[in-house]
Amino acid sequence: MDTPTVDWFALSPSLALLAASGLALLGAVLVPRGAVRAFSAVVCALGFVGAGVAAGLLYWKSPEATLEVADAISRDRFGALAQLIVAGAGFLAVGISYGQRTREDHVGEYFALLAACGGGMAFLVQAANLMTLFLGLEWFSICLYILCAIEIDRVSSLEAGLKYLIVGSFGSAVLLFGSALVYGATGALEFSAIAAAIDEQGLVNDGLVLAGLAMLIAGLGFKASAAPFHMWTPDVYEGAPTPITAFMSAATKAVALVLTMRVLVTAFPAEDDLWTIAVAVIACVSLAWGNIAALVQRNLKRMLAYSSVSHAGFMLIAVAADNELGAKALLFYLIPYSAASLGAFGVIAARERELGQRVTLENIGGMGWERPVLGVSMWVFMLAFAGLPLTGGFVGKFYVFAAAWESGWWWLVVAGVIATAISLYYYLAVIRSMYMRMPAELQLAPAGGSPPREALLSTSVVACMAVTVGSFFAVQPLIDLAEKAAAQLPL
Amino acid sequence: MNEWLTTALIVFPLAAALVVWILPWSNQAAGSLALLAALVEVGIWINALIRFDFDGGLELQQQREWFGDLGVSYHVGLYGWSLWLVGMSVVVLASAIAYAYWTGRDNPRAYFGLMLFLTGAVVGVFSSQDLLVFYVFFEAMLIPLYVLVGVWGGPGRLGATIKFVIYTMAGSLLMLAAIVGYGIEHGTFDIAEGPTSGNHWIFLGFVIAFAVKAPLFPLHGWLPDAYRESSAEVSAVLSGVVSKAAGFGFLAIAIRLFPEPADDLQPLVLGLATAGLIYGSFLAFRAPDVRGVIAYSSLAQMSLITIGLFALDDLGSSGAVLHMVNHGLISAALFLLAGAVERRTATGDFARLGGMARGRPALATVLMATGIIALAVPGSSAFAGEFLILAGIFDDGWGWAVAGAIAIVLAAMYMLRMISGVLHQDVGPAVPEEALDLRPAELAVIVPLVACLLVLSAWPAAITERLSF
Repeated sequence: MDTPTVDWFALSPSLALLAASGLALLGAVLVPRGAVRAFSAVVCALGFVGAGVAAGLLYWKSPEATLEVADAISRDRFGALAQLIVAGAGFLAVGISYGQRTREDHVGEYFALLAACGGGMAFLVQAANLMTLFLGLEWFSICLYILCAIEIDRVSSLEAGLKYLIVGSFGSAVLLFGSALVYGATGALEFSAIAAAIDEQGLVNDGLVLAGLAMLIAGLGFKASAAPFHMWTPDVYEGAPTPITAFMSAATKAVALVLTMRVLVTAFPAEDDLWTIAVAVIACVSLAWGNIAALVQRNLKRMLAYSSVSHAGFMLIAVAADNELGAKALLFYLIPYSAASLGAFGVIAARERELGQRVTLENIGGMGWERPVLGVSMWVFMLAFAGLPLTGGFVGKFYVFAAAWESGWWWLVVAGVIATAISLYYYLAVIRSMYMRMPAELQLAPAGGSPPREALLSTSVVACMAVTVGSFFAVQPLIDLAEKAAAQLPL
Repeated sequence: MNEWLTTALIVFPLAAALVVWILPWSNQAAGSLALLAALVEVGIWINALIRFDFDGGLELQQQREWFGDLGVSYHVGLYGWSLWLVGMSVVVLASAIAYAYWTGRDNPRAYFGLMLFLTGAVVGVFSSQDLLVFYVFFEAMLIPLYVLVGVWGGPGRLGATIKFVIYTMAGSLLMLAAIVGYGIEHGTFDIAEGPTSGNHWIFLGFVIAFAVKAPLFPLHGWLPDAYRESSAEVSAVLSGVVSKAAGFGFLAIAIRLFPEPADDLQPLVLGLATAGLIYGSFLAFRAPDVRGVIAYSSLAQMSLITIGLFALDDLGSSGAVLHMVNHGLISAALFLLAGAVERRTATGDFARLGGMARGRPALATVLMATGIIALAVPGSSAFAGEFLILAGIFDDGWGWAVAGAIAIVLAAMYMLRMISGVLHQDVGPAVPEEALDLRPAELAVIVPLVACLLVLSAWPAAITERLSF
């Protein structure tokens, strides 16, 4: 058997993060105990920086999309841009994580797993066949299962880890089963080879292929937490350590959706009259379910979990559009969405550390006046989620709607508009609690004194705010990046 | 230089807002700085007025690409008529800021920062020549208003803000869908140069958004709460300035880009506007408090303006523009006066007011003068505006004009009822003997608004002959 030539450069983002992970694990053993936290956090952050630089170089040096390592890995700008988003999200997540009261004997592993998880995500978005797809998916999922449960002193953290493990494994199994069916029908693993096989062997209406396709979509829907495959999301988002929730909501969603788009347009272009409808329906269900369920939440993490379900719906509209504008819209949308998501959970983490209890709409009251920087940031993130102007969320939504309209899905635009109107109620409820509650209603922090100052967390949140607002003004450069990336998909 | 003037009008208050909000000013300094910025903004507008060429169509325009792949650009510019709307806005906002400065507000840096931000957004709405830029400013107005009402409003402010935001956003999101539809179909989002469209659905998307903002019957549910729960100067801005964004939208977008649907659906819009006109007038006549009268009269007057716009001829549009400026100044002055009365008596209920004219000549004179102009007495600028509107609509059917004329009679009834309820009759139980007349500072805020109205009454042609549609 021949050994394939390995394009190490194409793999460099994943490798950088794997190296960081290994180094952080070594540090957990070798570095003096008091310095483990600083050491592993710095190593992990450097890993994400390295991955970001590598992804940037990869984007720059890949004017043509190619398949590498025995056609298992695609080296293209589409994947590289998604890796950049993952690297940015991971880097900021380190900043949010640093002050988390993780047990000191686990902190090295925490950052090592975070880096490894980022490596898996960077690998996944490059997947070019069903094997690497599954490998990448499991790679980052297993890291996340552990990270969710890492605060073993809290029952809800353990519950989150266990729930995510069971439901996530079920999702992976569905995906694996689907892959097997597709392979069985077409005899091909690599995405474009599947498309060619469907075309040549006339398998457009083949039952095996269709069943496999449906199961693939369902499996990826689990990871993207699109309704009706989202039932793990609120519990896991609520129970997991808040910085991990932040990272999951930004990066996991990004890679799952980017990969969904890649698989569907590369491997199943012949079936696009079917899967566009399926994805559009999933998008509508996610929009409806996510937004309506979020309306009644009092716990902020649960509310944002449902909100993330609805945002999966928005991004699936871009996938369902099945055109180049849609790919552009998806990539653009992910930038302000990831930033706002990370930042919002970062603010929640700050409040959680201050109060030592779950953050609800009640006990976030008055926070806007107490901590002006975090308050204004939360404002910006909520406006971005709601798609209001002066945030990139608006431009993202606009592109998604434009893509849907261009492919004739005007009713998807209307569904998105209605969902946005509903979502305003709960996004504004956060702002209402933070700024407008009566002084008598405010539950002040139980411990006296001023809230803990966390420069790293505040800096990360402010950076998220800068990206959220910046992506409104600097649309053209970002959309140029997205355009070059989208152009390399077979649309 | 001229190219940058419109941008300067938009960006200057936004920059001032940041300066006021972020730097650690003392309470006194924040207020005076904001007032200074608002006055400089009026100065910039006067500068623009002097440089303006009223024969040139779209003037002072500037265009920069924003995202090119969809044909969206930052395109701003002013027509003669939108220049007057901008002028009215900056004057009203300056007086609102001055009034707030005089009465004092908690957290003044945030408060005045938001007021200046609102100024920039309003000017942006009136000068945008690209649909997406328009949408951005249209929504950007909502953000400061939401906080201004929600944080500094009265006891029922939370309910009022929720209603206000949900109504407005539902409308403007429909508009977003309409904008996407128009832009993708025509490959451009430009308002000034965009091709006309015959799509009735897209037209309706725009009309509903503007009908909520104006508001028009039956989409006015948010109005009474928002106008009652806001502080006086915010109500002045809401009814005087923000509602005019709807007038701008009707004229610049709905009627200009969709001539055929506008013609087809003219009876629908006119019907709703007429209903709102009569209904609003009756509600104003029945309202138990000062703010209620002004709020519902606002509904009626905006309906009248809409009738003028949807006369779809130059006469009606000229009248509508003149009346938009009139109504902006009138309702701002009235709301500020209502605020002055409420500060003295802690109530706005007619049942507990009355007899305030005795010993308070300044209050009596100013309120009387504003009220008389508001009820469109012949010779006033409001009369000129309403006359042009009715003359414009007469060609489309005399019935509309008759309904309009009836509403003008009703306006006299509710305005006189309000004047007499506050100033005349027996001294109300809530009116303390020692309640002061208008202070010089209050006069300095309100009299310029009335003076503008008197100038326009003497010379309405200043506006009607300088519109350059």
